[in-house]
Amino acid sequence: MARARLPHRDLAYVEGRRGAGFLVYNVSLQDKQAVYEMAGLTLYDKLWRAHVVDEAKDGATLLYIDRHLVHEVTSPQAFEGLRLAGRKPWRAKSAIAVPDHNVPTTRRAEGIADPVSRLQVETLDRNCADFGIEEFTMEDVRQGIVHVIGPEEGLTLPGMTVVCGDSHTSTHGAFGALAFGIGTSEVEHVLATQCLVAKKSKSMRITVDGTLGQGVTAKDVALAIIGRIGTAGGTGFAIEFAGSAIRALSLEGRMTLCNMAIEAGARAGMVAVDDKTIDYVKGRPYAPQGATWDKAVAWWRTLCSDSDARFDAEIALRAEDILPQVTWGTSPEMVATVDGRVPDPASAPSAVKRQDWERALHYMGLAAGTPIQQIAVDKVFIGSCTNSRIEDLRAAAAVVKGRRKAAGVKLAMVVPGSGLVKRQAEQEGLDRVFVDAGFEWREPGCSMCLAMNADRLEAGERCASTSNRNFEGRQGAGGRTHLVSPAMAAAAAIAGHFVDVRHF
Amino acid sequence: MTPFTQLHGLVAPLDRANVDTDAIIPKQFLKSIKRSGFGPNLFDEWRYLDVGEPGQDCRGRPLNPEFVLNQPRYQGAQILLARENFGCGSSREHAPWALQDYGFRAIIAPSFADIFYNNCFKNGLLPIVLPAEAVDRLFAETLANQGYALDVDLARQTVVLPDGSAFTFAVDEFRKYCLLNGLDDIGLTLQKVDTIRAYETRRREEAPWLFE
Repeated sequence: MARARLPHRDLAYVEGRRGAGFLVYNVSLQDKQAVYEMAGLTLYDKLWRAHVVDEAKDGATLLYIDRHLVHEVTSPQAFEGLRLAGRKPWRAKSAIAVPDHNVPTTRRAEGIADPVSRLQVETLDRNCADFGIEEFTMEDVRQGIVHVIGPEEGLTLPGMTVVCGDSHTSTHGAFGALAFGIGTSEVEHVLATQCLVAKKSKSMRITVDGTLGQGVTAKDVALAIIGRIGTAGGTGFAIEFAGSAIRALSLEGRMTLCNMAIEAGARAGMVAVDDKTIDYVKGRPYAPQGATWDKAVAWWRTLCSDSDARFDAEIALRAEDILPQVTWGTSPEMVATVDGRVPDPASAPSAVKRQDWERALHYMGLAAGTPIQQIAVDKVFIGSCTNSRIEDLRAAAAVVKGRRKAAGVKLAMVVPGSGLVKRQAEQEGLDRVFVDAGFEWREPGCSMCLAMNADRLEAGERCASTSNRNFEGRQGAGGRTHLVSPAMAAAAAIAGHFVDVRHF
Repeated sequence: MTPFTQLHGLVAPLDRANVDTDAIIPKQFLKSIKRSGFGPNLFDEWRYLDVGEPGQDCRGRPLNPEFVLNQPRYQGAQILLARENFGCGSSREHAPWALQDYGFRAIIAPSFADIFYNNCFKNGLLPIVLPAEAVDRLFAETLANQGYALDVDLARQTVVLPDGSAFTFAVDEFRKYCLLNGLDDIGLTLQKVDTIRAYETRRREEAPWLFE
């Protein structure tokens, strides 16, 4: 097949990131065009090709969208746009809506206290009713974070294009789907036309071979990758995660990894379909059944990169080299291993980075050289579309069981990703484990990942968080976020400071 | 959408990398169900000394004198000069809405986050990628010269400096066409109704479960 010539600057890009513990290999300059024309297809190529409706000369492609997930924050202006133009949804059944960002995680029956938040959720309810879109309302047991309920209900299927007005839509790529976040104008565009005008990204494969150590999770893999390639390392790429360590991850783990692809700058992350994918999907409420199921599975099984597929960039990590990770700054790339220290800005690789690091340390109230394990936390948040699934709650509960939250920790909260995750956890007795340890057990939603509801950090408070962004003010104005895995967050709640969960 | 053709605009320099959309427009303002009115809350946490709330009149709020957009010399700026990976983070289109509502029409940076870059074009806001060295030069000249302004010409794909020298920038043909003409791309896509229907017919055969 004809493929774009490997741009010279991509070689520099990849080779510039050669580092200890990370193999970086690449197509040599001599290989280039001849090999590319012969090469097989990547998973991304296959997903893209299956959805091309029309293609312009400059590469602008009309791409068909199979699944549109909708939430209350990024949709009101899109529905208003449809109304003003007198348009209707092209295929209302392809869309599913759920309120998640603004919903309270306590006293759900009393509704939303904040009138501005309440109006936004009521607006979603009204828009869904007006335009014939199915919605899991706040009272529905299936309500939850949009990126948790999609897979949980079988609304996300392998081979689909999945979009949502939310950058963490990359999560759904765990199923061998092409999933990416869009803005509100594009939400309106998909509602009106079932298509998006898009341009194909470059392809990157990140291979993690080997076996992850005890206590090392998909979250640590994601943070280690971002620490290596940077928050813009994946910009312009669709990333496929591959290798034996990825194949060994559960679908929950793969979702965590793909979820964080956007934190590496990549709109889409994906993992090839295997038996685990198909087993996960089987029997879900919106999954196909009977003869259609068999037909679907036959296609899904082709959704992997061909053995001779070529990528525009390749990066490899050894699973054994990845340790539990803790971010120390205000960008997910500002990350250290749990046995490390807060770095010295004097050692930053450039003047711009040095300035960034200095600003980050000032914001975070940290001194260079501080051992990560000496950093004490005020609050602990276990939840978000990154880490609120049953496996995450089990991992946290395993650490917490039989212990007590440290006296210095003001609040440790567990926010399940959906009503069904919550119910499952309660059936397994996890809620008791948390409550007995002094944690709060909450109702599902985005909660303190971005603090649009009442759950937030106060200025200066420091939080061990299983969410995805440690940006300034993300969890509340002046709040200080350290991103970690669920087990690491749970351990920090017990110890009152970061500890190495492998020896805890 | 407002077309973008040419712009002669004052430049404001925002000298930090990885400016994220949470910084551009903090989360509490995303509760609005409108498309307009975000300008007073652009860069809210950097711009004001107190914590802003939605619906608040910002005119009486204490300004942070250190923040670049509060300096008198940059009042009325229409071009934002920024560093790499501008607009990273969430997909919120409220970020370009806020920048535009404030008065910016173009942003120059060495790189942008993908979703933000895409969102700008839907709103008549032109994101311009220039090489890092060019951006360095623009920062130096902006800081050195009060009233520093640039001429941006989308049709020619140029940024012209006061001394007459110019940088060229790349932009996709389709995006350029839509922006120059202020076109609603939903209308353009709907001109291809038959093509979309034909795709659906074929796809329904291949993958019926997607249409159940």
